[in-house]
Amino acid sequence: MKEDELDRMTKLLKAALPPVGADAEPARDLWPAVLRRMDGRVAAVPWFDWALLAGLLGLAALAPASIPVLLYYL
Amino acid sequence: MEQAENDVLNQFRMGSVEAFETLFRQHQRTVYGWVSRIVRNAAAAEDVTVETFWRIHKAHARFEPGRGFAPWARRIATHAALDWLRAERPARRNDSEFIEDLTAPAGADAAVTAEIRAKTALAFGRLPPKLRIAATLSVVEELPAREVAEALGISVTAVKVRVFRALRLLRNDLERQGITP
Repeated sequence: MKEDELDRMTKLLKAALPPVGADAEPARDLWPAVLRRMDGRVAAVPWFDWALLAGLLGLAALAPASIPVLLYYL
Repeated sequence: MEQAENDVLNQFRMGSVEAFETLFRQHQRTVYGWVSRIVRNAAAAEDVTVETFWRIHKAHARFEPGRGFAPWARRIATHAALDWLRAERPARRNDSEFIEDLTAPAGADAAVTAEIRAKTALAFGRLPPKLRIAATLSVVEELPAREVAEALGISVTAVKVRVFRALRLLRNDLERQGITP
């Protein structure tokens, strides 16, 4: 692409997309949303806990005799 | 004063939520303003700002107080905005609706019609996000290449290459639509 083409494309892009500028401000305080996001993460159950639970349920289904042993160790 | 700032940064690094809130209050507006320039949508900018501060909180232990909070936050915000651009679905609105909403920026070339502006904006939205973000910050927002390079974590040359590729792809897309810039 030649220099003059580059200039034309630059002008066209500027005409199509006005700059937002650095003065944009959020319409609301975002701290509560950040806190919600942080709390949500704390409450989330790690994947390996789910995997362990699935394994135990599978074991109990395949070998019901293991249920008393599992209950003993709870 | 400087000692107090350093204390806040050190406490943040140790995981203090109070220090994190202090830094959030100091930098919320700057991060939102930066993200707005990339995503160009107020609601999305709020979501990306929240995502940015969530990532900042998660990464608190890796923060190096000597390197400053603002540049670090800006890099994280840029990557969060880039992820948003990658996940964004292409606009489904039809061209005529889009043209009605598109007002010419002050000082825009009168020869460029609303239809061409709309098609350019839509074609720009179809560019790969990595190229779009470089072109948005360098061409549309007219930021120095060095500042864009720092935010993206790439070299100044790489920024210039991405901008060039973005403009070339944009030109090709417009030519396919019968528009010769």
